Amino acid sequence: MKKGVMRPGHIQIRVLDMDIALSHYCDLLGLIEVDRDEEGRVYLKCWTEVDKFSVVLRETDEAGMDFTGYKVIDESTLEALENELNQKGYPTTEIPVGELNGCGRRVRFKAPTGHSFELFATKEQPGKWGISPRNPEAWPRGLKGMRPTRFDHCLLYGDDLEGNLSLFIDILGFDLAEQVVDPEGNKAAIFLTCSSKAHDVAFIKHDEKDKFHHASFWLENWQDVLRAADLISMTDTPIDIGPTRHGLTHGQTIYFFDPSGNRNEVFCGGDYHYPDHPTVTWDADELGKAIFYHDRELNERFLTVLT
Amino acid sequence: MKWATHTISLSNRDGQFYCNEQQSLLHGLESQRIKAVQAGCRGGGCGVCKIRVLNGEFFSKKMSKKHVSADELNQGMGLSCRIFPRSDMVIEALD
Ligand code: FES
Ligand SMILES: [Fe+2]
Repeated sequence: MKKGVMRPGHIQIRVLDMDIALSHYCDLLGLIEVDRDEEGRVYLKCWTEVDKFSVVLRETDEAGMDFTGYKVIDESTLEALENELNQKGYPTTEIPVGELNGCGRRVRFKAPTGHSFELFATKEQPGKWGISPRNPEAWPRGLKGMRPTRFDHCLLYGDDLEGNLSLFIDILGFDLAEQVVDPEGNKAAIFLTCSSKAHDVAFIKHDEKDKFHHASFWLENWQDVLRAADLISMTDTPIDIGPTRHGLTHGQTIYFFDPSGNRNEVFCGGDYHYPDHPTVTWDADELGKAIFYHDRELNERFLTVLT
Repeated sequence: MKWATHTISLSNRDGQFYCNEQQSLLHGLESQRIKAVQAGCRGGGCGVCKIRVLNGEFFSKKMSKKHVSADELNQGMGLSCRIFPRSDMVIEALD
């Protein structure tokens, strides 16, 4: 049942060298730089996003994800969810207004898989980049690189998938759109949605807590995925796999790495989910096909290369 | 412009490979199809390409501290995707 969580709002990614990271995220991936703060963090967004930013890069000495945040519909919803989280054993920390430039107060908590999640209701809304909200043109001139339209989801690896399932479904109001289940009935992967997208966050079972697999950005069509692959080759950027299709969600995709070793995805297409839809299930012995629909075989990297 | 090429020996594997100063050790290994080290993110973030340097000069780009601590760095550990030779080298594959 929906609880007022609307969409992925932001992700803060750790990078080893900011200048090198920016040439990847802005020139190649095609995010737009919108701000910087005193800590040296750089704020980026995709052009169709109305909020001020969706990706924050922080330079430090290890790669990975600091946290990811979801936007809820209003401040009273935020307060209600904050109370419920605390009552049900997920202690929250309040991150004050403005700790991220242009963002309202955030409520941070740890998921059972060890990842830091946030909820927030308010963020400055300068509107789509380069497009007026009145009589808008189809797209803005001057976009760079792969020209993604939005930050779409992230895939995270961790141990306690059952714990995450109850947090995301019972408290945060997500639906389980797709899953991978082993013969004993244990969940090997869960794809969760708070919208009608195939996934707004996904988790894969893994021994360690708090691992980051990828941040994903939406492209319009298969031609754009192919063009992204061309750009990856032109710039000698490390590629993981693709262009190909996922079995899970049926998205058309390519995976590659940023200069600090964090995985990125750009993708298009795929399934949709409404609250009355049954969960789509893949059997674990079909995992190869579930992940890479054409190869029907996992590459070793998919399961082991994480930040 | 031609970059100096160095000979890299593997202490615990048969054989050696060539690597120029613009290529990471991982790139050198792969270009000669030597499967002594796993390739992952190629960006110093995932740690799967870890090796130990026993001998030789090199230049190193930034690596995730999570995978190579200061102690390990002193013991010659490093990520082969981030190490660029500046002389002939001897390295050890870990696994
Ligand atoms: S391949 Fe990931 S650290 Fe070298
Ligand atoms: Fe994805």
